[in-house]
Amino acid sequence: MAMRKRSVLGVFGTAEAAAHATSQLREAGFAAQDYDILTGTPYPEGAFGEHDPGHKLFIFPLIGAVVGFSIAVLFTVGTQLSYPLVSGGKPIIAVPAMSMILYEGTMLGALTFTFLGVIFESRLPRLKLDPYDTRITEGAIGVIVSVEENRLGVAEGVFRRVGAENIVREGQSSSQTGR
Amino acid sequence: MLDRPTLTAKQINDELLWPVLTVPRRWIALVLLTGAFVAAGVTAGASFIIFGLGVTGLNRPVFWGFMIVNFVFWVGISHAGTMISSILRLSQAEWRRPVTRAAETMTVFALMTSLLHPVIHAGRPWRIAYWVFGYDFWRGIWPNVRSPLVWDPAAIITYLTGSILFVYTALIPDLANIRDRTTGWQQRIYGVLSLGWRGTPRQWKFQGIAGILLSAIILPVFVSVHSIVSWDFAVSIVPAWHASIFAPYFVLGAVHSGVAAVILLMALMRWIYKMDHYIWEEHFDNIGRLLIAVATAWFFALWLDITFALYSGETQEVAVMELRIFTFPYNVLVVIFLLTAFFIPVPLWLSRRVRRNIPLMVWTAILVNIGMWLERFLIIVPGLSSKQPQTFMWNFYSPSLAEAAIVLGSFGLVGFLLLLFSKVFPLVPVWEQKEGQVFKTEITIGNARVPAILREEASSQVW
Repeated sequence: MAMRKRSVLGVFGTAEAAAHATSQLREAGFAAQDYDILTGTPYPEGAFGEHDPGHKLFIFPLIGAVVGFSIAVLFTVGTQLSYPLVSGGKPIIAVPAMSMILYEGTMLGALTFTFLGVIFESRLPRLKLDPYDTRITEGAIGVIVSVEENRLGVAEGVFRRVGAENIVREGQSSSQTGR
Repeated sequence: MLDRPTLTAKQINDELLWPVLTVPRRWIALVLLTGAFVAAGVTAGASFIIFGLGVTGLNRPVFWGFMIVNFVFWVGISHAGTMISSILRLSQAEWRRPVTRAAETMTVFALMTSLLHPVIHAGRPWRIAYWVFGYDFWRGIWPNVRSPLVWDPAAIITYLTGSILFVYTALIPDLANIRDRTTGWQQRIYGVLSLGWRGTPRQWKFQGIAGILLSAIILPVFVSVHSIVSWDFAVSIVPAWHASIFAPYFVLGAVHSGVAAVILLMALMRWIYKMDHYIWEEHFDNIGRLLIAVATAWFFALWLDITFALYSGETQEVAVMELRIFTFPYNVLVVIFLLTAFFIPVPLWLSRRVRRNIPLMVWTAILVNIGMWLERFLIIVPGLSSKQPQTFMWNFYSPSLAEAAIVLGSFGLVGFLLLLFSKVFPLVPVWEQKEGQVFKTEITIGNARVPAILREEASSQVW
């Protein structure tokens, strides 16, 4: 039976030290999916040798636009049929006048679904931070390794060897409680 | 090229999060001041409801007064956020970093404030609910989707929703930052709001893409909103309102007043929160240059509006223009409007020294907004005051004290909400400032060492 995965975090003072740690982890046999980087600011892609995550974000605004447009069509056509008042001798279903609502409905759908897509693709919300170190939002770089418990020691050894400022095992995030 | 000072992540945290983590004295004073304005506005608003619209100066044939003028004005101000944030983000202009969130937040609060005005103006605010819910529960009928008065809330609610999502998405990393700097219940609340953000490369990647994607989608909404507001007028048959130039004219006017308001906001952020490290004279200089272009385009649209009305030769169109431009008191207001919205500020902005003089920029921004408020007044009130064949009586519109108090209260409300926001969330995006430091570099060209910014091709990752 596969062992439960646990995590250990190494905290580094500079981006160079963190990048060195990830290359040492790879040399020690850890795959790119076994570790992740935590930073308080965006770094150029590939700065830590991480793999490029694929995504389908572009589908979300398209789906949102279709959903928004459909609801807007239902709303505009439905309301005009429910209260069929002829004004100015124009048809009951007045498409030019509906176009504003159709446009806004489409855009509202696209905006809302884009937001949901960003949240989904960012793998949020995340209920558990552990292991974590609040120094990460103060400029430190965290390298988090999630593997079977029997390999955690190897990762910790790599962190110690490359000069981690702090090592936090899952369940030991004392500094997680702010200051 | 902006030569930015070198700051550590801790220093940026300390300098940008202190308004959230402590209570600045100037903040308290301003909250009390703006709170008093809000109280005056609420009292006046209550008098509308208790005593009816008789407390206003509205009378035949002028049924749109200060409330609608102020509504259009605040929708206009809301265009600052998208203009500054989306366009500068899409063009990856480096100087956007400290001003985007404040401008986006102003968009949200200006829109909320603008939405209050038609509600108050209706006299029976509870009857307005059908605009929001799409069904009039009291009368049992659906709204008329063919009316621009229904297009309007549809556009504004779309823009408001998009703007809130825009602000919130870019706020998530900073919420995590505050979570890490607080304890107890505050930490729990910021923890929930930050959705468990940790700052993985994947999360940063989508944060970058979100900025570009949401900007690209919200920009057409931004154009549609003030176009639709202009159609409240242009779709009618009121002479001088029924003009095809109204949509671009309104959008340009909105950008003009909104971007000028960003100058005020930047100056206030420097004064209240001492953000001199982040908001520099260069920012005022850049916005000043942007305003020259916007103001000139707007002035061209204004000129076309007047020219088309006169060129048509239609008696009623010409009559409205005559009333608006040559008849007292509108003629005095027209002179003030032209001077404050264009002829004083724009020549001043041509000087680099003026653009880098913050107090002068603040005064020109105030002038622009006085002028742009008058512009809306001069479109709405003389347009309705003009004598028309089917109008059987005329009254001169003189706004009441209650209406003036609501206008004052609306300014107080936007300021009050911005101050509250700045107490809970950082007005300058902390992570974007840190990103600017990470990507900062220096390159050598010949014998010169030039400050530079590295740029990733983030936009190419969207599709």
